[in-house]
Amino acid sequence: MSERAGFGEALAGWLLTGPAILAYLAMLLIPTLAVVVLAFTDFELGMPGFHWVGLDNFSELLTDHGMRTSVRNTALYVALVTPASILAGLGLALLIEAGSRGKVFFRAVFFLPVVSLMVAMATAWQYLLHPTIGPVNAWLALFGIAGPNWLGSSDWVLVSLGLIGVWENAGFNMVLVLAGLTAIPRELYAAAEVDGAAGPWARFRLVTWPLLGPTMLLVTTITTIRAIRTFDSIATLTQGGPNKASEMIVWTIYQEGFSYLRMGYAAALTVVFLVVVLAIMLVQTRLIEKRTHYS
Amino acid sequence: MGGIVIEGAKRSYGAVEALKGVSLTIAPGEFLALVGPSGCGKTTLMRAVAGLEPLDAGRVLFGAEEVTRRRAADRDVAMVFQNYALYPHLTVFQNIAVPLVMRRLNAWQRLPLLGPMLSRAAREGIAADVRAAAESLAVGHLLARKPGQLSGGQRQRVALGRAIVRRPRVFLMDEPLSNLDAALRTETRRELVELHRRVGAATIYVTHDQSEAMTMADRVAVMMAGEILQVATPEAIYADPADLRVASFIGSPRINLLPAESGPDGLVRVGGWSTGLVAPGAATFAVRPEALVPGPEGLPAVLEHVEFLGDSLLLHARHEASGAPLVARLEPQARKSLERGQALHLRPLHGLVFSADGRRCPALARTSALV
Repeated sequence: MSERAGFGEALAGWLLTGPAILAYLAMLLIPTLAVVVLAFTDFELGMPGFHWVGLDNFSELLTDHGMRTSVRNTALYVALVTPASILAGLGLALLIEAGSRGKVFFRAVFFLPVVSLMVAMATAWQYLLHPTIGPVNAWLALFGIAGPNWLGSSDWVLVSLGLIGVWENAGFNMVLVLAGLTAIPRELYAAAEVDGAAGPWARFRLVTWPLLGPTMLLVTTITTIRAIRTFDSIATLTQGGPNKASEMIVWTIYQEGFSYLRMGYAAALTVVFLVVVLAIMLVQTRLIEKRTHYS
Repeated sequence: MGGIVIEGAKRSYGAVEALKGVSLTIAPGEFLALVGPSGCGKTTLMRAVAGLEPLDAGRVLFGAEEVTRRRAADRDVAMVFQNYALYPHLTVFQNIAVPLVMRRLNAWQRLPLLGPMLSRAAREGIAADVRAAAESLAVGHLLARKPGQLSGGQRQRVALGRAIVRRPRVFLMDEPLSNLDAALRTETRRELVELHRRVGAATIYVTHDQSEAMTMADRVAVMMAGEILQVATPEAIYADPADLRVASFIGSPRINLLPAESGPDGLVRVGGWSTGLVAPGAATFAVRPEALVPGPEGLPAVLEHVEFLGDSLLLHARHEASGAPLVARLEPQARKSLERGQALHLRPLHGLVFSADGRRCPALARTSALV
């Protein structure tokens, strides 16, 4: 009797979780495994059949010059965009929270870049940053500064893409920080005031910053991932150029896989990319979690 | 150490008047309980004293010094919050140290890493004071813990430690016992009174629990709808309430209220029964449960229910003429002679008379009906 009840319960359990398991297998696990398998082949799109090449793809990756540039560019881009857009998001959130009027308006204004499509906004950026007719350089000229060729010079292209990245991510971070700010108990600010924390900086150090800890962990993780994955601004504005100065990892993977049709090599890149991103997340979470758990 | 003076304090939120011109004086070293139902403005008044809430009109003085426009950080008040408001990321030691760190160290000395090098002596003094405060509240062994690892009672002690560590001029407590269980609450009441005696600062204690107010305070201020109705010692508030709302808020079980009227001779009658008190303009006759005794004559009533409390007996009856409920507190031995549905007479030993607008009417005993 009890065995039958146990069986019925188990069946119901499998039936209920079934759709989720199927979706997970079909959408995530099987494609990921397929990519891992492809990474050990010389499969090319459109070619019949493939050969096992063992670790050849991975050893090629180590000697690939283009890949090295791509990794270096991505690292620089992340090092610029992540801290800058987190600080911008935090600053915007604090200003909006402290203000008494127009909270909804400013929240919407700064969140706009997140909901607007990069592909559509690229035209605007191209115009704004145009070396001769662009308003940015025209404005700089007013102060006697000769603006650079923002997207066309290999010295400036990463900085330009980075600024666009900050513009894209700051609003998103702002919304996350605003949510974190509302979760801080008001009584703590009253306590801080009574305890003598009079200035805004003292209050920020004593209450706001420590209590935002969990939020900042989330924001840092998400921003880092979003910055590493940058693709659409490169695809629409620079195509990795000029002279590979804006090549980044996802763009390189896309080129290898879909322009040169070298699916095996692209898969190997993807696997390495995945492992590196996971490793970064793990280190980040371990490091920060130690400092944000309060009980 | 000075006392606290509040003069004509007014505060409104839109159309809601939270404080309607409150004046109150707390003597140096006095423990004053501010009691009233929720939403009566007592917390607003306390926050105004702390400097966390601005006043629309009126003044706040500490001793002879006016502090109305001064912000909370500069008022030298200590406050214990209802939810303790401990900093969750700091240890017990750091929590208690915050008020001292903020006052004794400058911005440079508060910096991490560099700060401790610039302020070794000051920091040693702070550590000694924190340890002394923690020991006096029996939380000395918890200094390394974070608030999340403490029980409710321990958190409350840490909050008290943070409040007393810098010997404030004014001590404010906002329902500090409401998050503790019943047993701990009774114990902590006594400890708070002792703590107040040691600290010696003028203290305002906000609570909605009248028994807390009565057992702990030197004087009780009863507040309702943004006004203070009466300020007096617990004994006077209980025996001699100035207002019907005070009489019915203080005391458990509640005071018995009966519709009454004054005859042309001034004699106060309840449903035709003469109370023997003379007071013109009477509308309500009030009598405490312990002042009602069953006897051969008195208010005719029907017994509905008897509650045995161990040390006493609560007799629930209904007044025949008005249908008003009556509660009498009797000796426990009286139970044997009582039966549900029984008709009896309840004689008030002493009573209070209130007019139609709730003000107390001075009443004189005319006959010996009231002893």
